[in-house]
Amino acid sequence: MKKSSQVYASVLVNALYVMKNYPVTLVNTLLAPLSILVVIVLVSKGSLLAVSVEGALIMTMVSAGIGLQGDLSHLKNDFRLQDMVVSSPTSAFVYMIGMAFSEIVYSAPALMILIVLAMLYVHTSIVGVAVTLAVLAMIFTFSIALGFLLSTFSSDIVQNWAFFGLLSTILTTIPPIYYPITYIPLPFRYIAYLSPTTYAAEIAQNAIGYLQLPASSLAIDWIVIIAVTMALFVMAMRKSKWRE
Amino acid sequence: MLVCKGLTKRYGKNPNALESIDFSIPSKGIFALIGRNGAGKTTLARILATELIPSSGSASIDGMDVVADATRLREQIAILPQEARAIPWLTSKQSIVSYLLYRGFSLGESEERAQSALARLDLQDYENKLTRILSGGLKRKVLVATILAADSRIVFVDEPTTGLDPISRADLWKVLEELKKEHFVFLTTHYLEEAEKLADVIGILDSGKLLGLGSLAELRKQAGYQYSIRTQQEDVKTKEGIAIRGLDGSVQILTTEEEAGRLAEKLVKDKARFSINPTSLEDIFYYLVKKPIEEENYEEE
Ligand SMILES: Nc1ncnc2c1ncn2[C@@H]1O[C@H](COP(=O)(O)OP(=O)(O)OP(=O)(O)O)[C@@H](O)[C@H]1O
Ligand SMILES: [Mg+2]
Repeated sequence: MKKSSQVYASVLVNALYVMKNYPVTLVNTLLAPLSILVVIVLVSKGSLLAVSVEGALIMTMVSAGIGLQGDLSHLKNDFRLQDMVVSSPTSAFVYMIGMAFSEIVYSAPALMILIVLAMLYVHTSIVGVAVTLAVLAMIFTFSIALGFLLSTFSSDIVQNWAFFGLLSTILTTIPPIYYPITYIPLPFRYIAYLSPTTYAAEIAQNAIGYLQLPASSLAIDWIVIIAVTMALFVMAMRKSKWRE
Repeated sequence: MLVCKGLTKRYGKNPNALESIDFSIPSKGIFALIGRNGAGKTTLARILATELIPSSGSASIDGMDVVADATRLREQIAILPQEARAIPWLTSKQSIVSYLLYRGFSLGESEERAQSALARLDLQDYENKLTRILSGGLKRKVLVATILAADSRIVFVDEPTTGLDPISRADLWKVLEELKKEHFVFLTTHYLEEAEKLADVIGILDSGKLLGLGSLAELRKQAGYQYSIRTQQEDVKTKEGIAIRGLDGSVQILTTEEEAGRLAEKLVKDKARFSINPTSLEDIFYYLVKKPIEEENYEEE
């Protein structure tokens, strides 16, 4: 009961009240994942529609973490919300979970459109759907943990801009999330493998039949994504500077 | 009891922000901490409110260690940070409600408490206004209302009255006086009359060290000079105590009861204008923190 109040507090502060009091934010979150989707679909003359819808879903999950990083730092550094929360019965874990939820709520309008598009254009089995959902959950946990960790180290918005640029490049620009990795010429493909998002994208693209990966590569993808996510989650809980 | 033992805080490689602070005071009433900018007031408040981890030494409130028993302590404390700002995209009521939810209250109870806290600080007209459009002082008041609404047993307020108009400040004083009956209030302030008026115990911090601690009467005793004489007669000479030259050329002498009597008699004889008062907190503050000496006003025996 108490924990649900604490989680709800974050959802209100970081999503519902923002959307209610500043409606313009809705338009932005709605358009961001859709814009690249439109470009890719146009350029590929529609052939990459299904894969880009999945890409946009992954992108939305990753953006949640990048957004969280900025939101948390803003609340911490400019309003001292975190100081007030630290000295309250809310734990770091509950605060992170609440803020993670808030990012989902905040992206809900975009997510809903993407889910409708996915139901219309992505044809796959029940297993494919389950795998896609699992990999989305994984990449969401990963990016939330990373966002939380980074936010506790930032003491100024200028640092956040740096984190923001870095994360966007590593997690969304380099990895082939809107198109199959085979589109990238070989030597450069290894660079893409430096980003955890690439592994998630491979799994998702395999699940809907855009890539045919051998079981061994798929296993590696899962191992990498699970290991990285778990490592980051543990780091976020242990190493975050919740208490300075 | 609030107990600090050898409490030291260092930020990175900087000099100590707090240096081996030792004191213990009852955890009731109002404790006011005063000191110059950078003295370490906020650092001490943040350590006690379980936000910062001390570099060495320890502190506890009512037997709960601020590090080891932080989780238990957090059920009972609330802090208004010095640099807290009202979140602009929330209304006054939404600000308070969300904080109370973090404290674990239900939504219904949070809304009720928010409303009564706003009324208590005369903010009901701003209940549904975004804090973005409130004046600076009103924003601060919303934050004060937020902390009050939580009704925690131990309340840290770091410069709560900064930026408030005189009437709002007096209103807040009334609220704090009411609050201290059942709560322990840890207050920092730069308004010495505020500390003088409200505090049961006053601490004077300077460069991370505690220079004085006690009630106003005890601080007067510690300073050794219970009286302050102020006069326009520039060549007044004292045998004991300290003399401070004011900006207008007047001389202020802090001294003992006996010497104050002697000086007063002399000033009367000289038909000089003067006033005599018990030493104020401001006098003591100057004395402890600045130690000003005006050589020409001392008389050798
Ligand atoms: N986050 C920080 N990192 C590094 N140094 C800090 C930090 N916070 C405070 N300090 C330093 O610690 C010392 C004490 O600062 P503190 O904020 O506790 O003072 P204060 O008494 O509250 O001052 P003020 O009246 O200006 O609020 C100062 O020298 C300050 O520069
Ligand atoms: Mg301060």
